[in-house]
Order: sequence, then structure tokens, then C-alpha cells
Amino acid sequence: MSYWPTGTVYGALLNFRAEVEALAPQMDQPPYKAPPKAPVLYVKTANTWTPSGGAVPVPAHVPEVEVGATVGMVMGERGTVAGHVLMNDFSVPHTSFFRPPVKFKCLDGFLGIGGALRTGGDPASFVVEVRINGELRHTADFSQLVRPAARLLADVGEFMTLRAGDVLLLGCNAGRPLAKVGQRIEVSAAGFEPLFNTLVKEAA
Amino acid sequence: MKNARVIFEGRTFDATERDGQLLLADGRAAAFDVVTWLPPLAPTPRPRTILALGLNYADHAKELEFKAPEEPLVFIKGEGALIGHRQRTRRPAGVQFMHYECELAIVIGRTARRVRRDDAYDFIGGYTVANDYAIRDYLENWYRPNLRVKNRDTCTPIGPWLVDAADVPDPMNLALTTTVNGTVTQRGSTKDMIFDAPFLIEYFSAFMTLQPGDLILTGTPDGVVDCRHGDVVVTEIERIGALTNTIEES
Repeated sequence: MSYWPTGTVYGALLNFRAEVEALAPQMDQPPYKAPPKAPVLYVKTANTWTPSGGAVPVPAHVPEVEVGATVGMVMGERGTVAGHVLMNDFSVPHTSFFRPPVKFKCLDGFLGIGGALRTGGDPASFVVEVRINGELRHTADFSQLVRPAARLLADVGEFMTLRAGDVLLLGCNAGRPLAKVGQRIEVSAAGFEPLFNTLVKEAA
Repeated sequence: MKNARVIFEGRTFDATERDGQLLLADGRAAAFDVVTWLPPLAPTPRPRTILALGLNYADHAKELEFKAPEEPLVFIKGEGALIGHRQRTRRPAGVQFMHYECELAIVIGRTARRVRRDDAYDFIGGYTVANDYAIRDYLENWYRPNLRVKNRDTCTPIGPWLVDAADVPDPMNLALTTTVNGTVTQRGSTKDMIFDAPFLIEYFSAFMTLQPGDLILTGTPDGVVDCRHGDVVVTEIERIGALTNTIEES
């Protein structure tokens, strides 16, 4: 059965070690002035949600879309984890992380979701692959997280409660590939039902 | 019409204001102080999108030593941050600066996609008052204002009323006032917004479809002060309502 979120979907920036290493030379410079201390979160609003198999509309002013393959940790009752599901956190490419990324990440359709929720499994064992038109373009090994899933959950819980149905994306690895209108993107991992989306030109 | 959602005798009711009391959906009346006030928002079939503006009043931007933004500075909250009127907001022990932000909250009334500013008011269902607390100790320059500052449990009181848009003829000319323990600490007017309601609806709906019940918290003017344990903070907007909240150190 296809999974569909019932709560708020939060994402975590800079939760892959390679992502932090790539930005490290800038972290002490303006505008950041220091590396982040707490988890850096953002929200993928409900207008962004696209089921597996669905088309993702790309506005005419966006020549390429960043593909952010990740795993969503789905919350159960009272802080438990109900399971995990593949997600594709599409973004308009951007290089500054100073301001919240709403206009880059909250476009209609910009979160691929699915297929089924997987119960059980150790997040540190997940290895997610991205194929664009069938060609392997990216790998994200979730043993390489800055904050492993349980630690991320605990550090987020220090300042906000994740409610049953809320989702926490565990992070997107560095080297995220770019894709264009007309391309078919597959996100897959052993033990998960794969996620497919096609980029289409947004209707005028 | 002023609409509320309250818990009375263990059940949740839609209610309206009549003659200084709550008229419950089952026809009974209840005094304001015998109910638990919830955010005055009907449940939505999908999670509510809550957009919130930073630095949207020129004087507040100046106060915080920023130049006025050239486009809206917006962040997003989860619905879990919301609480109702007359509830308590937690201040973590040891923080130095936690301040209220009195804000006009726009409640979307119709699905809004690529709305032009001239049509924007047709998509507003009503207005309420939000108090968008911030704890400045936790500010970091990554996706600033970061969620640790702005998405904390209990830190976004909202209400008491959802006032129908038809009853607010000039939402861009309303007085805002905040008192702490009865002393006025913040005064402003929605006429001083940098990006007004029609602009914001055009701007957001250009790339994200807004649904009925989604919220836009439109920012706060000058005059934010630190709030301590036991402080009673009332954020009030002319025609919309007075939202009471008490700080509790935890």
C-alpha cells in the first residue's frame, strides 16, 4: 500500500558528513560566522507532495532541478518510529543556506514520496541510489550521517515534539545530481519499494 | 462573525461570540473563562501550511539592525507549535532573551494558485492574532530564523477569534498593541507592513498552492521585550481580538 504523510514533513540540512566537509571552508565566514550547533531543519509543505509515479512540474524559469534522495523517518505514537520511506526532496539549486529555503524547496510537487512504508530496518544500513533515465548518478550511504537517525531524533526533540504522522527526512548527501524536464528519476534502496518521478514542464 | 474552537465539558466545539459569551454549536452558551481555548481553526484534510514573515515592518527591521528586505523573509512552522488563547508558553530555564511578536494572521479561505494581487482579498477567509514568540539565544545563521528559535512547542499562541474577512473592511490599517502585565510595550499598525497581504498572497501563490486553512503570519512591528516566568502577555489587534498568554519557565 502506498504511504502518504498525515503530518508535517521536516528535513535536515547538513546531516551528511560529506555535505559538512564541502561547506566547512565557508562556515566561519559571513553570513554564517560559525558552524551550526543544533539540527538545521526545513519544512516540505503539503503542496510539495507527489506520489510515486507522479509527475513533478518544473517552472519555466528553473532550467535544472536538484535531486535530493533521502529517507523519511515516519513517527508513530509517543515518539516511536513507525517506519521509513524513500523520498525525493527536489530543490531549485541554491548556494546560500542563510535564509529559510521556502522559494527553493516548497514549489508545488517538489517532494516525491513512496512507495510503501517499510517497518523495521536499521537506518545506518540504508544505501539509497538515484538513477536518471536509468543511469546511476548518485549514492547516499546512511552510515555516513553527522547525526545518526536516533541522535537526530533526540536532538530535534530537545526543542520540538514530533507528533504521530510527522516525518523527519534524515538528510541528503553531497553531490546531489541535477535533472531536467523530461527525465525520469528513480530513487531505490535494498528493502524499499522504489520511488519514481518524472519531471514535466509546468503548465502555463 | 467571530469564530472560536473550544473544549467544554470534555468535548470540542465550534463556537461564536455573542453578547460577551461563547455560543456553542449545540446552542448552549458558555462563559469565556470556563472553556479551554483551542486555535480558532477548523481541522484541515492535509497538514496546514504555516508561513511566517520576518522583518516585515520597517521599524522592526531597523530595531534588529537589518536593512529592510527586498523580498519577503519567510519561514515555515509546523502545526505542533500552535496553542490557543489563555494557555501557557514555556520559557526554557537559563535563556536570556525570549520575546513576543504580535502579528496579524491571514487565514486562507479558498485554494489560491497564481493569484494576482488585485484579486488577493477574494482568497482570504478571515483573520486572527498570532503571538510568534522567539528565543533569540538559539539564533543561528543557518536557515535563519532557525526552527529551534521559531518552531518550539507552545511558542505560537493563536486566537482567540477567527474573524470573517467580511467583517474586516481594512485589514491594512489596524492598530496592534502588546501589553506585558498590563503595561504597553509594543504599538504599531498593519499599515506599516513592508509587504502587505495582497502582495504576500500573490508572491506565495506564484510557486506554492495555498489551501483553505493555511496561515500567513505577517510579521511584527517595533517594540519587542524580554518576557519572564509569570508574565502575562496580551497581543491585541483592532477588530480581531486580544490574545492572552502566560509565560512559564520550565
